[in-house]
Amino acid sequence: MVTRQDFKSPELPTWCKGCGNYGVLNAIKMALAEQDIAPQQIVIFTGIGCGSKVPHYMKVNGFHGLHGRPLPVAAGARLANHGIKIMTVHGDGDGYGMGLGHFAHAARRNIGIVDVVQNNRVYGLTRGQYSPTSDPGMRTPTSPEGAIDRPVPPLALAITMGATFVARGYAGELRHLAWLIGQALQHTGYALVDVLQPCVTFNRPSAYDFYNPRVYRLEETDHDMTDKSAAWKRALEWGDRIPIGIFYRVEDVPTYEEQVPALKAGPLVKRPLVKLRPEQVEELRAEVV
Amino acid sequence: MTTNEMTIRVGGEAGHGVESSGGGFCKALARGGLHVFGLPDYYSRIRGGHNFFSIRASERPLYSHAEPVHLLLALTEETITRHRDEIVEGGAIVYDSNLKVSPEELVGDGIQFIGIPMSDMAKETAGTVLARNTVALGFASGVTGFDLDPLQSVIRDNFARKGQAVVDGNLAAVEAGYQEGKKHAADFPFKLKRIPDAPPRMVLNGTDAFAMGALAGGCRFVAGYPMTPGSLALHWMAAHSERYGVVIKHAEDEIAAINMAIGAAHMGARALVPTSGGGFSLMVEGLGLAGITETPVVIYNAQRPGPATGLPTRNEQGDLLFMLHASQGEFPRFLLAPGTYEEAFVAGWRAFNLADKYQTPVLVLSDHYMAVAIRTVEMDAFDFDAVEIDRGELLSEADLDALSDSYLRFRVTESGVSPRALPGHPRAVYVSTSNEHDERGAITEDPELRAAQVDKRMRKMIGMAEEMSAPSLYGPPVAETTFVSWGSTYGPLREAVDRLNARVAGRANFLHFADLWPFPTEAVNEALDSARQVVAVEVNATAQLATLIRANTGRSVDGRILRYDGRSFTPEYIMSWELRVTR
Repeated sequence: MVTRQDFKSPELPTWCKGCGNYGVLNAIKMALAEQDIAPQQIVIFTGIGCGSKVPHYMKVNGFHGLHGRPLPVAAGARLANHGIKIMTVHGDGDGYGMGLGHFAHAARRNIGIVDVVQNNRVYGLTRGQYSPTSDPGMRTPTSPEGAIDRPVPPLALAITMGATFVARGYAGELRHLAWLIGQALQHTGYALVDVLQPCVTFNRPSAYDFYNPRVYRLEETDHDMTDKSAAWKRALEWGDRIPIGIFYRVEDVPTYEEQVPALKAGPLVKRPLVKLRPEQVEELRAEVV
Repeated sequence: MTTNEMTIRVGGEAGHGVESSGGGFCKALARGGLHVFGLPDYYSRIRGGHNFFSIRASERPLYSHAEPVHLLLALTEETITRHRDEIVEGGAIVYDSNLKVSPEELVGDGIQFIGIPMSDMAKETAGTVLARNTVALGFASGVTGFDLDPLQSVIRDNFARKGQAVVDGNLAAVEAGYQEGKKHAADFPFKLKRIPDAPPRMVLNGTDAFAMGALAGGCRFVAGYPMTPGSLALHWMAAHSERYGVVIKHAEDEIAAINMAIGAAHMGARALVPTSGGGFSLMVEGLGLAGITETPVVIYNAQRPGPATGLPTRNEQGDLLFMLHASQGEFPRFLLAPGTYEEAFVAGWRAFNLADKYQTPVLVLSDHYMAVAIRTVEMDAFDFDAVEIDRGELLSEADLDALSDSYLRFRVTESGVSPRALPGHPRAVYVSTSNEHDERGAITEDPELRAAQVDKRMRKMIGMAEEMSAPSLYGPPVAETTFVSWGSTYGPLREAVDRLNARVAGRANFLHFADLWPFPTEAVNEALDSARQVVAVEVNATAQLATLIRANTGRSVDGRILRYDGRSFTPEYIMSWELRVTR
């Protein structure tokens, strides 16, 4: 029986007081404990950013790689060992800026990754520049006259690209977020969990008092999570009311890894690595005679 | 009359099947017991343009193509005008008489022009004008006096998947061409004769050689993005994926490819990233990630001329110093540059052992010439029995079960190599990070811990240097001129040296560098100590090997023969070096 205590790390987070990352960290631990997944049964791949330090602050297998690139590292890991759970945790600059291409491709491949994006709609670690999900007009060191770019719609994009599990949580609703991550861990293909979270230092307008009155849970409506066009419509809803929950979920789409011929015999790294047999050598030579 | 020493060149537009006919004829000659060297020359386009394939045949092993052409098979008018002046005296140009060729083009000193209605013959026999290259190959067999059976057997094999009707059509086309060729045989002095008791030989390019070695060495994960000529390795691996249990991922770009390979390697798979220079440029940050996380990956770069798109289907060795220095920061890496196909095979499996043993990236440099040129290789030239799979200090399940202390992934050791656990065991739960880290893998900015990790990583260079082979010397131990070269220049240089020494004994020898980094400094010092005049031979504009030699030994070369017009060296080009050498 796995408990939250199993994920305790000697490292203390370096995040600001009140940062949404604490909520995400706790929700991940809760979800793993609830799903009975031990620290060695999962690898968390992260990018670069405040939130990407998550695997250092819990006891878990982690790979803290490059900015924007955790999804391809995770995809390679998944293809090498699909017998272990694979999660990515990264921010909106990482996932929707530099990593936008990888995000779209991971979604369309339906590869078995739980993709948690800490979406605080600002760059924190590099000190407050606007991000791909910032509101237009936001004044930051790289947009002193106000941002011109329109924001990336991550959930709508994921649905459009063929993602089979698309959810949004809120760092201020911990139990709900943990439940969403748990559902994503149960899903076999690619699962996006976008997490709205305040950056108390660099994005004051999008703090808890912005989100608290606006968020509502899709589970408490009549939303049909298997209805793609309904999901898409909800995904674009943003303003006085902001939906959280599972927008879209289908389980009948095969995952990428289960369709790879070379993986039919089981996880790649579990197969013995041995020299070619004499008849295989003969076969290779015969091809070029 | 000359027997079994000639070059046949077939030329046409992209889409005329020039490369497949060239490859097919090489295979036929090899099945007939001859040695061959075949080189495609093509433009970066799918239709039109001018493509040609040179088929050189001999009774001795060939390491290079050569300049003189004895028989030109012209499927287009352009083939005639472009190659007319390369035909030796007594040679012939055979062209499709259905082409509109102006009579003034059909003039050349001591060469004959033979027009045959290739297109009509192809239509009559195979029902399609597409078989005109088959007619031309039949003609080549007939006019050189080479038995038709080997060519027929290749046609049967190559067209089998297109159905019996296509096989029969092409057999009829080759027969028609053969009969036509025989009519002209008496006037054609260059002959090809089957060697009846010759052993069977493999016909392959350097890509095949490297990929076979990699597969034999346990490569089980390949991620890449198509880029000529690196894609050939990706294709080879994909073609063998299902049968040999190799996972292939055609990624969205090269950045994804290297990161996927790092992810797969982190989990324990032997991972390869085939690419060309432009793709490698995109991988540079990933290379550093492999360096600091000490993840074993193998990157194969089949070079082409740059910068940027450069000449996509041409040859250059312009990436040596780039590969050596790529990435911000410092970490150990291997740089291998096989020059022969035998070396390419060994590099294929050795690279994975080096990567695992030293937990660091291994870069293998090939180039377009090596990637596409085909040659005959003896059946036992690739020693599969000698292949070893050495995973270095990789902890087994039993080792991990026995761990009592908390596992230190980046433990500071004397060798610099820290015993490695694959994720999945409860005793070895750890984080790898692209940040500087302590022995556990936790982020640190502590000056002592930082220096300790840099020292630990760089200490691997001591062991790595011991793995490096000295450059090999070819030719007499003492010579007037010692050439230095690396990678695929081996082939044309070897022949040039042989021919120079045949004229004047002791004229030249050469040092061939196949292991470039860690630089085998001591061995190079020793080898160059006795050299009189040292001349670098490289397919680049700045003599990058010469720069590397000077940086590590202090020795400057006395001259440089450089080629950077996108074409590969020929023995003749190097032999005329007195005209070309620069200081």
